[in-house]
Amino acid sequence: MISEADLAAIWLTLKLATTVTILLLLIGTPIAWWLARTRSWWKGPVGAVVALPLVLPPTVLGFYLLVAMGPNGFVGELTQSLGLGTLPFTFWGLVVGSLFYSLPFVVQPIQNAMEALGQRPLEVAATLRAGPWDRFFTVVLPLARPGFVTAAVLGFAHTVGEFGVVLMIGGNIPGETRVVSVQIYDHVEALEYAQAHVLAGGMLAFSFFVLLGLYGFQRKYPAWGLR
Amino acid sequence: MRVVNGFIAVALCCLLSGPALAARIHVAVAANFSAAMRDIAPQFEQSTGHELLLSFGSSGKIFAQIQHGAPFQVFLSADQEKPEALEQAGLGVPGSRFTYAVGALALWSATPGFVDDTPTRLISGNFNKLALANPKLAPYGVAAVEVLAALQLKQVTEPSWVMGENVAQTYQFVATGNADLGFVALSQIMHRGRIKKGSSWLVPPELYSPIRQDAVLLQNAADSEAAKALLDYLRSDEIRGIIHAHGYATK
Repeated sequence: MISEADLAAIWLTLKLATTVTILLLLIGTPIAWWLARTRSWWKGPVGAVVALPLVLPPTVLGFYLLVAMGPNGFVGELTQSLGLGTLPFTFWGLVVGSLFYSLPFVVQPIQNAMEALGQRPLEVAATLRAGPWDRFFTVVLPLARPGFVTAAVLGFAHTVGEFGVVLMIGGNIPGETRVVSVQIYDHVEALEYAQAHVLAGGMLAFSFFVLLGLYGFQRKYPAWGLR
Repeated sequence: MRVVNGFIAVALCCLLSGPALAARIHVAVAANFSAAMRDIAPQFEQSTGHELLLSFGSSGKIFAQIQHGAPFQVFLSADQEKPEALEQAGLGVPGSRFTYAVGALALWSATPGFVDDTPTRLISGNFNKLALANPKLAPYGVAAVEVLAALQLKQVTEPSWVMGENVAQTYQFVATGNADLGFVALSQIMHRGRIKKGSSWLVPPELYSPIRQDAVLLQNAADSEAAKALLDYLRSDEIRGIIHAHGYATK
């Protein structure tokens, strides 16, 4: 029932989502920390930019990424001058697109968890002579762990479900940019409804159980994460 | 009093005859024909008084929507298979099918002078990516692969293929410069009988099977005079002129 092309698409999707989740945890953590602590005027604008993908149609994001990463766009000129070529139609192009696309799903739960900590644990740690880095790694990170779990799960699941951006910058290359959602779209457009059902049903079940697991987890650790 | 009576008579006249005179026709149009149809629609509305409601999309999606009860009355497909399948499924009116346009394929680059009027650039392999519509989904993609096979370039070029879900997306890949070359519909790069920008090779029709685009009257409009009038209108000489100017042939 599942063809080799379908399996390749599933494998590629998992690879993409894993790569994006790891990178987003690394990039998102400092952003979330800054957003949680700052009193700067910039908090509003930066928070809004981070949240943009929540409200923007993915085609808008995809179209701008296609233009910006193309040979005449500013990102494209940068990557070309670094000898990397242009990013559209490559796996790493999808990674970059997904970083933007899934950013709020990772930053916001971590930010919420860090804000929920309050000042007190940090002040206590400071009186015990913990330096700023020490406080971050031994106090903030462990206490905000539920936020990180939520962030990782949502970032991963949201990247798996990505479609509009991939369609715009992917180019439908087997094993490189043809992810599950695109494969489903192809099946439907080619009137291969039986194959579409297998993948679409799998996607539905996956998403449901991921969210079910996440909400179970959040019940154990209330007051944290994204709701 | 006579004036009032006159008003009533006029009002009654409008009420009774209005719907019969000016109907609203919901037309589903394949994406590649959207520019031509936007030119044709105002002329049709002006000369008949009917109103056209146009929905654009890929033929595959429109086909699925019609199967599930979409309220379209006329379907202008990008191929012949889908109108035929609709007729066989009892969703299209038998005998209403005809070819309203025959698509032409062009190899196009957004850079002026990149392509001359020959396949030289394609044969040289001197380009980063070659964009084409997904042959599994789009008739223009099937034609593109036929051309590559005829030139014995299919295997050599395959690693540099990038595929659009339809010919509109393929155009976008080339227009934004992300792909140096692409097989697009001539109708996309032609405006009023001329190539809009960039450079192109108009692929000789003997290198691919004709891209016949069929129209079909749908079952829920079987009795609609207005919908039939639209189909006749598409076959008129005047409208054929517009269709030609958009880069299509007619049968």
